This record gives sequence, C-alpha cells and structure tokens, in this order.
Amino acid sequence: MREVYVAGIGITSFTRLEYPLVEIAAYPAMMALKESGLRKIDHLYAANMGGGRINGQTGLASAVVDNLGLTPAGAETIENGPASGASALKEGFMAVASGMHDVVLVTGAERMRAVNNLEATDFVATLTHPYAEYIYGVTLPSLAGMFTRLHMDRYKVTPRHLAMVAVKNHGNAMFNPFAHLHQPITLEGILDSEDAATNNPVVADPLRFFDCCPVSDGAACLILSTAEVARKTGKPMVRLSGVGQATDTLCVHERDNPLELPAVRGAAAQSLKMAGKKPSDVDVAELHDAFTILEIVESEECGFFKKGEGHLALAKGETGLKGRLPINTSGGLKAKGHPVGATGVGQAHEIVLQLRGEAGERQVKGAKTGFTVNFGGFGNNVVSLCFTREK
Amino acid sequence: MAVDLEKLLRPVDNPALPFPPKCMTLASGEIMVVRQVGREEIPNILPHIEPLIHVERDYYDIVAARLYAELLGFYRHRVQDEYVLVAQIDGELTAVVNGRRVDSKVGMSYHTLTLRRGLRIGSHAFASKMEYHMEIMKQEAVLVVAESPIGFRRWMIEYELEKRFEVPHELGGVPTYALTQALYQKARGKLIVGRRPVPVKLLAKAEAAILPPSDPPRPPMDMLAATRSMSDPTGSVLISRRADELRAPVPAKKGARHA
Repeated sequence: MREVYVAGIGITSFTRLEYPLVEIAAYPAMMALKESGLRKIDHLYAANMGGGRINGQTGLASAVVDNLGLTPAGAETIENGPASGASALKEGFMAVASGMHDVVLVTGAERMRAVNNLEATDFVATLTHPYAEYIYGVTLPSLAGMFTRLHMDRYKVTPRHLAMVAVKNHGNAMFNPFAHLHQPITLEGILDSEDAATNNPVVADPLRFFDCCPVSDGAACLILSTAEVARKTGKPMVRLSGVGQATDTLCVHERDNPLELPAVRGAAAQSLKMAGKKPSDVDVAELHDAFTILEIVESEECGFFKKGEGHLALAKGETGLKGRLPINTSGGLKAKGHPVGATGVGQAHEIVLQLRGEAGERQVKGAKTGFTVNFGGFGNNVVSLCFTREK
Repeated sequence: MAVDLEKLLRPVDNPALPFPPKCMTLASGEIMVVRQVGREEIPNILPHIEPLIHVERDYYDIVAARLYAELLGFYRHRVQDEYVLVAQIDGELTAVVNGRRVDSKVGMSYHTLTLRRGLRIGSHAFASKMEYHMEIMKQEAVLVVAESPIGFRRWMIEYELEKRFEVPHELGGVPTYALTQALYQKARGKLIVGRRPVPVKLLAKAEAAILPPSDPPRPPMDMLAATRSMSDPTGSVLISRRADELRAPVPAKKGARHA
C-alpha cells in the first residue's frame, strides 16, 4: 500500500447554515483546494446522511463535483449514519493507498437545521432497528440515557462527571471559531445552583440538556493524496496512518454486555495497529461525544484508560487541554456541533490542525499523533482514524 | 379657547405595580438581574435595540423594530399601561421584555428580545414577564403571540399555552395563545426561577448604567442567504461568484503536478 497524506483541509462553521446542501458541501472543498493549490482531483467522496430525507437532495457527490467544476473526476456519496464522514475518509484512504488515485477530495456535509429539532431527532432515529426499536419510539437520546444509567450503577459515574465533560468541551469550543456553541458553562450554572434544573433540564433521564450535542449544519473537507502531491503544498506533512472499522449488533438489546462498545474497541485497535502506535502514543483525540457519557466510555474502549476509570481520569483533568491526553480540543460534538455526515471529517480536520500546529489557543503542544472515533448508530458501526505528523 | 392637545392624545397614566427585582444563576454561572425600568431609562435602551432592526435573522428585524416602536410609545406616552423589564449581567443589557395591562383580569404580552443569545436568557426574561402578570398583577390570563419559531417553542410549547384564536391580539393577525393561572402554576416549578432580594451591590450595578450587549446577534454573512435558500436552490449566484474566485490567479508552485 502507498502512504496517504493530507494535502488540504477546509471547514465551515458548525451552526445553522441557510444555504443549499450542495453549497454547504462545496464551501470547505473550495477552502481545501485553495489551501493546497490543487486545481484537479481524481475522485470526490461526499459524506452525508440525511440529504435525501430532509433536504430533497440525493446524489450529493455528483452535484458537488459539478458545482466545484471538478468534472470529469469520479464522485460517490457515502452514507454510513453518523459515521459517514470517517467512512468516506476510509474510502479515500483506500483509493490513494491502493494506487488507484493520486488525489481524492473527501467532503462531509449535513443540513439538519432545515427541519425542527423533533424531526431531526426522528430522522437520526431511523438508523435504529426499524421493527425492534424505531417503531417503539426509541431515539438516540433514549438509548444513551439507558446506557448512562447502566454506567452510573456499575461504575459510579455521576451527573457531575457528565457535567465535567460538557464544561470541558464548551470551554474548548470557546477557542474554536467554527464551533456551534460559544457558551462557557460552569458546574455551578448547570449542576449546583438552585436554578440549574431549569438551565439544564432532563432530556432522557439521566441525561440533561447539556449532556446532549446540538443539532447542527456544517461541512468539512480533507484532500488526501500521495506523499509527492502533499509535499508540494508546502504544508507540514500529516499522514493518515491508520484506519479501523468494526460493527456490532444493530439492536442494542442483543448485545452480550450492554455496558461495552466492542465496535469502538475493535475499530480503535485496528487503526492504532495499522499506524504502529499504542494508546499511550496518542497526543490528542477527537471522540464522538454526541452524549457526554460516550466520551467517557470511548476513552476506555480505545485503551486510553482502564474500563470504569474514564470518568476518574476526566475528574483529574487528564483529558483537559493541559492534561495528559487532551480529548475533544475542538469542543467535540457537544459544543463544536454534530452535523452528522460531516462529523467524522470535522474530527479529522481538528486533528490535522493540531498536528500541523495550527490550532491556535487550543493547540496541544508538540502533538505528533492524533486519533479519532466516529461512532455510527448506537455503536453498531464505528470508524477510527489515526494521523501522524511527519518531518 | 386654547386646547392642550397633548392631554387628549395621552392615555391615562395609571401607576404600574412595581416588579420587585430578582436575580438568577445562568448556565455560565453568571448572575442575571431582571428589573423594571421607568420611562427615564428608555433613552438608554433604544440605542442597543436599533442595530438589531437590521439583523435579518431569526426575526430579529421584526421583533426589534416593533419593540423599538413600543418602547418609544411607552416613553412618549402613547401606549396605555405598558411596562418594561430588562435583564442585565454586570450591567450589560441581555434582554428586554414588555407588555401591557389590559384590565384587572387580562394582560397583553408584547415582545421578548434577547441581546445575548443562549443560556436561556430570553426564557428567563419571558418567565419574569409572566410572573409579573400572574403573581404581581394577579391577572387571570396573559395573551401571547409568537413571531418566530424560537418564540413558539419557548412559549407555546414549553408553557403548553391554550389556543385563543378567536381573541385578537394587539400585535396583529398572528394566532393568539393564552397563559392562564392554572398553566402558570403548572410551569412555575420548572420554568420560573429567581431569588429576591437582589444583593445590594448587584442591583446597584444594574441600575448604575445599561451597558451595551457584549455579543449581540449579528446579520448573516450573506444577506441573501435566507432568501436564496428558498428562491435559488441551485445556488447559481454563489456559483458564479465562486467561478470568479477560481479563475483568480494562484501563485504557481514549483513543479506542482495538479496546478
């Protein structure tokens, strides 16, 4: 296999964007093309989950490649639920690594704010089992609520630990101009004060408002290429050094142990193995914190902390910007936002910024290895990526 | 015989019942003070409302324009029995709400304008307004309309307001809803917060000056964005601009294969 590098990156604000989905997807691609100086690509992958359902836009990749004037490059739309972004990057990786293409543009985009929050929640819930879960009213917040309760019972995770994730990630997002939420929050405001129950109401017991990610529009793009092409951009060389993917049962109730996320474990282990890294080598990670509990549990499944100790590491500040392993420096899905099809590419965008040393006030000093987990379904299809800064 | 026309134009100046100032802790940990303002403070508020008339996003333009007119109407004695409450954080103006006492039983909610978004600032300000009608004026119902989807979610859905479509609201043809005492009491425990008395220093700071909002809502980057998404779904306007941008010369990189 050939080695695969990042030749260019781009991103939109994650917020509400009143543009057609095609434009949202094209904008960061323009930024990435401009940054890299490239004018041609061999192939385009567009990651998107809901265009057909909520925006009346199918065949997004065909529209974007034309919109950007990049025809006759090949183009495909990748849909893999909330893991669509990292899945598209995986496809791009394979295209370059295999020698089939030299330059591949991967853009992830979503326009979820075109519908109200109830419709958006319902749309995301369509990734659950249609007859065993969805028709009974199961939503992602409800699954996450039950998952959280189990962890509270078994590992003594408390609402304070969950709130610490939210406070940390909102704090990180204050340094990210592209983040959806620029709202500093405090434990006093969302947990301790007598007004906290109103500020932070229950959404899906025990999860509260600030335990859940916002519904966002947004897009992000990475251009993947051979070393030869990437070197000519003049940017620091960042290699997509590991890719992993694993699946689990579609129905959560069919899992052997509902406290575990084996697909996260499997995907993370694969990507680290391919990169020749150990969990302890990772300098910065973007984990899929659609709900605060997920950051804690994923940090354990990836091997960063022992099972049942992720919340303890968090409480010690180990996952903060100045900690041993900063997690979700971008603000994470919790505060940066979660435009589902764009999220995986957005996570990779943050890691590339960190490894290039271009992350500004949220820069992790000397970061050389970065890592992402993009979580599809409720842990039934997970893609993990590992990036390495090279000289 | 000389006629004092102003006396004819002015409504009867009934004294408004005082709204005791209160404060609450926001999600940010900041303390927000909600207090009633008199006519003398309106000139200090209007300059902060005016810029929002030009923010074509989330109905800020409509709400700001109408609120500006209502505040002016209050200041110039052209609205009967209007009141105005403001929300402030360290003096910074974060929300303005207003309404009117129609009679002893019915209140008329006018507008809620948030000058710093998020943190339930607008919701707390609206809740204070409802508290004023229900607990201070002890009215039976407040008539409410929403001019934005955000308002509809916050008022109609969160308070489970009753439909009163047959009753005209003073703001115009938007369907009228009503908050009754029963609905208010139901919502009271979870939506109406705040402590009294406000610590002396905190209140003094709020009363000393109405400071401008630190992060006011801003117009979208592209003024056409909101309408183009409806009328130009192919984005051809942006595409033509983009084509110009792509045609712009890019500094050549030595040996760049794809340049």
